[in-house]
Amino acid sequence: MTRYDAIVVGAGHNGLTSAAFLARAGLRVLVLERNPYIGGATVSRELHPNWIYSNCSYVCSLLRPEIYRSLELGRHGLQVVPYGGGVTFTRDGDVLGGYVDKDVKRREIARFSRQDADAYLRYGRDVMRQCRLVRALLMRTPPDPTSLRPRDLRELVHVASEFGKLGEAAIYDTLRFYMMSIADYLGEYFESDVVKANFAGSGIIGTALGVQSPGTAYVLLHHYMGEVDGQMGAWGFARGGMGAVAKAIASACTASGGEVRVDAPVGRILVRRGRVTGVALANGDEVFAPVVLSALDPKRTFLGLMDQADLPPEIVKRARDFKIRGSSGKLNIALDGLPSFPALGPGHPLLAGDMHVLDSLERFEKAYDDWKAGTWSKDPYLDLLIPTMTDPTMAPPGKHYMSVFVQYVPPKVEGRDWTDADRDAFRRTVFQQISRYSPDFERLVLHAEVRTPRELEAEVGLTEGNIFQGELTFDQLLFNRPFPGLAQYRGPVRGLYLCGSATHPGGGVMAAPGANAAREVLLDLRRPATVPEGWSDD
Amino acid sequence: MRPAREHYREVVQRTPFHSRTAAANALNLWHRWRDYTVADAYVDVGLEYVALRNACAVFDLSPMTKHRISGPDAAAFVDRLVTRDLTRLRPGRVGYCVWCDDRGQVIDDGTLFRFADDEFRLCSQERQLDWLLRSSLGFDVAIREETAEVAALALQGPTSCAVLAALGLEGVAGLAPFAMRSFPFAGAELLVSRTGFTGDLGYELWIAPAHAEALWDALFAAGAAYGLKPMGTHALEMSRIEAGFIQAGVDFLPADHAVRTDRTRSPFELDLGWLVDLSKPNFTGRRALLEESRIGPRYRLVRLDVEGNKPARDAYVYDDKRNVIGAVTSSMWSPMAKASIALASVRQPWGRPGDELWAEIYYQKELKWNRFNARCRVVEGAFYQPPRRRATPPPPW
Amino acid sequence: MTEGPPVVVIGAGHNGLAAAAYLARAGRRVLVVEAQGHVGGAAVTREFAPRFRVSSVAHLTHLLDAEIVRELGLRRHGLEFARTRLRTVALAEQGEALVLDGNRIVAGAVPDADRAAYGPFIDRMRRFAAVLARQHHRVPPRLAWARWRDALPAAALGLDIRRLGRDDMREFLRVVTMAIYDVLEESFASPALKGALAVDAVLGTRLGSRSGNSVFSYLHRLGGGGPALPRGGVGSVCDALAAAARSAGAEIRLDSPVAAITVGGGGVAGVRLESGESIAAAAVVSSADPKTTLLRLLGARHLEAELAQRVHHLRSTGTAAKLHLALSGLPRFRGVAAGDAGERLVLAPSATYVDEAFNAAKYRRYSSQPIMEITVPTVHDGTLAPAGQHVLSAIVQFAPYDLAAGWDAARGRFQECVLELLERHAPGIRGQVLAAELLTPQDIERDFRISGGHWHHGELALDQALMLRPVPGAARYAMPVAGLYLCGAGCHPGGGVIGAAGRNAARVLLAGGSP
Repeated sequence: MTRYDAIVVGAGHNGLTSAAFLARAGLRVLVLERNPYIGGATVSRELHPNWIYSNCSYVCSLLRPEIYRSLELGRHGLQVVPYGGGVTFTRDGDVLGGYVDKDVKRREIARFSRQDADAYLRYGRDVMRQCRLVRALLMRTPPDPTSLRPRDLRELVHVASEFGKLGEAAIYDTLRFYMMSIADYLGEYFESDVVKANFAGSGIIGTALGVQSPGTAYVLLHHYMGEVDGQMGAWGFARGGMGAVAKAIASACTASGGEVRVDAPVGRILVRRGRVTGVALANGDEVFAPVVLSALDPKRTFLGLMDQADLPPEIVKRARDFKIRGSSGKLNIALDGLPSFPALGPGHPLLAGDMHVLDSLERFEKAYDDWKAGTWSKDPYLDLLIPTMTDPTMAPPGKHYMSVFVQYVPPKVEGRDWTDADRDAFRRTVFQQISRYSPDFERLVLHAEVRTPRELEAEVGLTEGNIFQGELTFDQLLFNRPFPGLAQYRGPVRGLYLCGSATHPGGGVMAAPGANAAREVLLDLRRPATVPEGWSDD
Repeated sequence: MRPAREHYREVVQRTPFHSRTAAANALNLWHRWRDYTVADAYVDVGLEYVALRNACAVFDLSPMTKHRISGPDAAAFVDRLVTRDLTRLRPGRVGYCVWCDDRGQVIDDGTLFRFADDEFRLCSQERQLDWLLRSSLGFDVAIREETAEVAALALQGPTSCAVLAALGLEGVAGLAPFAMRSFPFAGAELLVSRTGFTGDLGYELWIAPAHAEALWDALFAAGAAYGLKPMGTHALEMSRIEAGFIQAGVDFLPADHAVRTDRTRSPFELDLGWLVDLSKPNFTGRRALLEESRIGPRYRLVRLDVEGNKPARDAYVYDDKRNVIGAVTSSMWSPMAKASIALASVRQPWGRPGDELWAEIYYQKELKWNRFNARCRVVEGAFYQPPRRRATPPPPW
Repeated sequence: MTEGPPVVVIGAGHNGLAAAAYLARAGRRVLVVEAQGHVGGAAVTREFAPRFRVSSVAHLTHLLDAEIVRELGLRRHGLEFARTRLRTVALAEQGEALVLDGNRIVAGAVPDADRAAYGPFIDRMRRFAAVLARQHHRVPPRLAWARWRDALPAAALGLDIRRLGRDDMREFLRVVTMAIYDVLEESFASPALKGALAVDAVLGTRLGSRSGNSVFSYLHRLGGGGPALPRGGVGSVCDALAAAARSAGAEIRLDSPVAAITVGGGGVAGVRLESGESIAAAAVVSSADPKTTLLRLLGARHLEAELAQRVHHLRSTGTAAKLHLALSGLPRFRGVAAGDAGERLVLAPSATYVDEAFNAAKYRRYSSQPIMEITVPTVHDGTLAPAGQHVLSAIVQFAPYDLAAGWDAARGRFQECVLELLERHAPGIRGQVLAAELLTPQDIERDFRISGGHWHHGELALDQALMLRPVPGAARYAMPVAGLYLCGAGCHPGGGVIGAAGRNAARVLLAGGSP
């Protein structure tokens, strides 16, 4: 019989982070991963010889620097390098370049609207205000607003005081911001449709909402609140692919005595007399521990791994009602050379940046209507990147790796499961969309991995293929994440904890859920804290 | 048709005077002023400063942000925009003004040129197009940024008037402070305003970019006999601190850039209360400033005469009980005042004239750091203000 | 009665009249100036065809403030209801229509689980709605915490939510921002039931059933005593209010459209009528919408720049059209029992249907398959049509104000589309039509002087609610220009013939309130 102090289900970045902090506190920790490789959706695999893909997540900004530093991820081999800029192609053959240099960027916006160019400063200021507010809450456990416990009251006062610091007008703007659609929000700054479209993508990435849906302004924040080396809003690559993040965290975990076991799918979380006793693996082996953390979403955890008799009925209903809703797909493409983008021209600096193809809010909204109708967008939003322009380690010299994030892609096609034929048709749609802006792209394709929500769910365990393990709408944020009364990482059964992206502060390769969950476990075990506090922005 | 997209290749652009400033820039020292590159110094900062105070110096002002405001409601629009009473700003005059957001916090300061009843130019440190256009709701005005369409030079110093006279600008000596006039120049129109950022006698010259180089050449030809030198930003910075002028982004944070909403300042807090006319029926910020005039401002901008000879760079300011009450925003050794001078923002009620304050100064000599607490005296008005600045006609150098 | 210039109230709609009545009762000299030749504003009964009268905009009262009815003695002043607590009948092309009565499903084929869940669902939503309704009489709190006593009004709101108890509070804080579609998915299986409930969440808004915030809109509608038909149409509410105001001493001048609110001496001086006449005022209380009041009548130049921008960005374009039919006989709706023809009929076979109808509005097109809320008030009220003949009044969505094709070109096609849909549900109805009137949001803008033609004078969503309504910095009835007050539906608590905005504004004025 094997005994541990804690078992973590799932070796994604959050599960590994929890394990690393628990191991540092001296706990005997075991991480169980069903795949033969670690990383979950923070993974790099060589599916085509000599090409390394960032198969799921592909860029890094949200990873909390407190965790990066505290777990010494640099020493464990992680190197996050910033990359520059982005571009929105327009249908008339022009581009709106998001240059790194702020004056160049301003001049570029001025090509579309001089007022918008100046308004961009105000936009940046207001979004930054929101980022500062939300960042102050990332490395904390959300207070339960219905509770009168001292800790909850203290945390509520903390949240209120962060609000109060904004000043009256900005408090109102914050409330509005959380309730607005990204289209309405952008409409308060910009007049040019291309400029609005250029910023709108961040409001819907990973979310089954349209740009006109209230609540999408917050999603924007989720893509702006990260940083690379203190540069807020900057995005970077993990050198060697996103798997490097998981590898570094795993290395930090094992260096502290933690154990990571792959090819070890968990079949059931064991509960006896209202407390967790361990897990049973799919092969029947049982592993025992008084603490089990699940990095899986609540549907998989409560409905998939637990006996419903062990759970309060309300939890079962909440888990069923939890909105996950897959909305995106991903293509990873090995290219024989650098494709040309005539609107940019050879050698253009923005070839190294994010490329976007929707140049009007109407195209965004129509793409969403396709999703609502149960099909993938016929004119999809793409976030297209060629990481090898910045990170040479991912493909042989002279060759390139292209990562294409695609939205909207429904979890089911017209109500039925995806088929291989659907997937091929989906690939055609995406290839055609890319080819509109890069005519020679298809000739260069050596290999393409196409991930619809079906593949994301089957391989990575992301229910419905949702990249955030659950929608980032207000009804599932903060004290509502994953659902009311369960937002403090503790599960409904003693000894059970949730530590995945379905918990506060949500998805993206942030690792904050994993760290926060570990903090709560250590608090309950009365162990010394190993999880760092958030850094103040001032 | 959108403008060309190739601008990105020239990340930092050149002013219309670049061929001349580059030729004169023996030090090859440049810095970036928004879209443009401008000289830090040409030969020697000290010599350029001396030229300014002693003879005259020319500064490439082209990157200064300029906006054109015109239309039937232009006068009503600027009146609602700025805090001061503009009824006496007649055509042909220039007014210094500040403008605020609804919270009464200063967005920027600048000079407003009135060309005609219904036509103005607003020059400012920061870009204001977004704010101006948003403020124009309900006014029949046309507003556009014209920074790139106007080349500008600041010609400052005791001999500046003589240089312009030598250039053939007849009657320029009659130009009073904050007046402006157009002169024909080499087939173009040269606008001369008696304005500047040095606290000295001086003029600013405004011309279409195509004539910029000719103007530069003619100025230097005419100025040779009057000690004219090109001056970079460092020398200008010295003169503006001596004059006690504040600068956006240095001495205050423009309210429309502030992420942290408590970091901004009202006009009262920047010693610009004289620019606020609360008897005007409406201007943006009025309600908040009215309230502030009732409950009192939070901060005070003070001009400090700092004991000793070390500049109080970035120094904390203390009261006599060693409590931090503020910080220095600009500081230097003033060659004219022969004193270490500083601008600082301190919390009320400190900083009344005559108050004794202390600055904690760190400085190093040959890599050894020293610290000392310097006694500071709050002084009123500019550190340096020669009578020639206001005299019309100006005295012959 | 005090001497000196009167308080001038702009607009004799229900809020303007309520404000006038309360001010007059407090002893103020009050002059109401109304553009039309009759009182009512958008709560009016008009003759749209000879001898056929209809409630032109609002056609039911859900939310009419009971306290106002009592305090102003509106019953005494002639307010009567032909029917209260109308049932909701969900039209179905086939089978028996679903009939909802209060918290019960009284007819129609729905799964047993839905029938069982319906009561608790409605009861819980009513508890949530009551929290919002409790705010109707409160001036929205400021969220400036410089002084502790400033925080008390905000704390009162928090306390109301807390009083729900832990489970309800948790659920309230979860669902209030959600899309009605999702909440209904969690609770019910029957498409017809979900469609009928989804309609209530989107009527009068620019939201689809899948839009976040639509639960809030649903709760707003649920906060009153249920749908009711005033005898003589909704206009009779205003007739009673006008009588109450007059009896308290207020003067109402009709046919007096205001051209401008004039300023002078550091505040509001009065109003100038379109006739050129100037009227000096001790204060001006405008029930016109915020954009009309602040940007057109007052002028943005008399505001500070950021506030003017906020008003400019107020989302206020309507999406609801009104169709009025004069009918030779009572229409027979498929699946509807004969006795139910006078109930509130809703046409929305599913929540998805509601959302698809909304999709068109996103692209500034009208819905070719619109949703409708239909009343045939003549079933209960003989005063509106000649004996034996009937009036049908329908709210039709979505018909966006800013139609891309322009309403002149599209009006005929849209009306045809709606009539065809009606014919499918009430075969033969087209043959009964004696006259028809279609009011698009642009017509509503023109006829009722509501900028954007939006019933609520501004979208009623969480980003424009409570202290954010109509805009931050102007949410407490008193405007930043001294002596100017807003009292219309653009203010908290919004539209829907409540009257509370008028009452609150009067209270603030009487207390000498500031923004």
